[in-house]
Amino acid sequence: MSPRQFYGTPPPGADPALLGGKLVVIEGADGSGRSTQIAQLNNWLERNGHATVQVGLRRSTLVMAELDQAKKGNILGRTTMALFYATDFADQLDNIILPALRAGFVVLADRYIYTLMARAIVRGCDRPWLESLYGLAVIPDVVFYVKVSPQILAERNFQKNAALDYWESGMDIGLSADMFESFVKYQRLMEREFTRMGEQYGFQVLDGNRSVKVIAADLQKRVEAVL
Amino acid sequence: MKGVLIAVEGLDGSGKSTQIHLVKRWLELEGYKVFFTEWNSSVLVKSATRKGKKRLLLTPTTFSLIHCTDFADRYERQMLPLLRAGYIVLADRYVYTAFARDAVRGCDPQWVRNLYSYAAPADVTFFFDLPLEVALGRILGARPKLKYHEAGMDLNLSPEPIDSFRIFQGRICEEYKKIVQEYGLVVIDATQSIEKQQERVRRIIAERIDLAQYRWRIMR
Repeated sequence: MSPRQFYGTPPPGADPALLGGKLVVIEGADGSGRSTQIAQLNNWLERNGHATVQVGLRRSTLVMAELDQAKKGNILGRTTMALFYATDFADQLDNIILPALRAGFVVLADRYIYTLMARAIVRGCDRPWLESLYGLAVIPDVVFYVKVSPQILAERNFQKNAALDYWESGMDIGLSADMFESFVKYQRLMEREFTRMGEQYGFQVLDGNRSVKVIAADLQKRVEAVL
Repeated sequence: MKGVLIAVEGLDGSGKSTQIHLVKRWLELEGYKVFFTEWNSSVLVKSATRKGKKRLLLTPTTFSLIHCTDFADRYERQMLPLLRAGYIVLADRYVYTAFARDAVRGCDPQWVRNLYSYAAPADVTFFFDLPLEVALGRILGARPKLKYHEAGMDLNLSPEPIDSFRIFQGRICEEYKKIVQEYGLVVIDATQSIEKQQERVRRIIAERIDLAQYRWRIMR
């Protein structure tokens, strides 16, 4: 087993040489079908005898409540927000991802540092700053990016909640006073950033405009190749 | 940036908070626009930090990040806008506290420096230099109940909080020595009387900063 690679310096206590398992990341906007695909992938993996664990954004006990609280007010600066999310990520990295890899699990990540970086970059944070910050992240075995056009994303969000999310519409950065227009513009900016990062970090792009079944089959085949 | 940023650093027990308080009183009473901020005091972030510390949820990385989040909130919402508006901003502990503490907890020093790179360097940073034994004596002489992280218990240096605190402070002291050199902090001899130290601090501030421009323009 060759030691696991990190984007920068591993966090204290990471022991790269002891990390086995697999880290599979699925990225994509809200409404891209990401969560549905992860649930199916999890079933398939467990059916085939792989132990799995799931991680995602805003799931750490450490800062989740405070982050949610902060998002309700209009008082969150972009650097503070980026660092709040980074704390949430690092908490799961140290306490779930790294121990699970050490134990030989397949870790399914419902989004990873890329969404966090894209959001911060779109809000004007410095790219080299973010790259250094997330240097603590272990490099995944594979990253899938479920790509869905902004119009279809909007449709699916309306279908699900009959409303667009304030932050997922980028309303905090003043792209447009019109929420729908802001949503489309924001998602385009995010998509552009993901395309750029896809080249830098080697994402596998999945066409998310296809049916759930077709995407799931495609995903299984690709994950099998990694395992 | 129109404002000016003055910070104080030093070991626990070095008397830096007393000194910055006296600077604040002096400047306020002389009619300058002053804002004071201290380490780990963001209302937004505090409850997360408290919870993390109480339930011992923090790793060296999350300890570092949550303090940086706290700093960022104070920086983005208060320090930076006030500096832009032409205030004298006084900070009880600045980025150097993180550089020292996080390094002792095993974080990569360069990573920590990059983490805080969004913050402007202070115009003047005073370092209150006190021999380790004297600082320890001041804190431990008061027979305090040391908090877990304050004593560096998370580093497994010793099962005894007081022993742990000694070793931990010793390591912080070593880091501070390097930082003072690296960033050219202004060293104040903290063994001198409060009055003497304050006199020197005020003289340096008056020499380095053109204070006149920070007066309130509207008479109150």
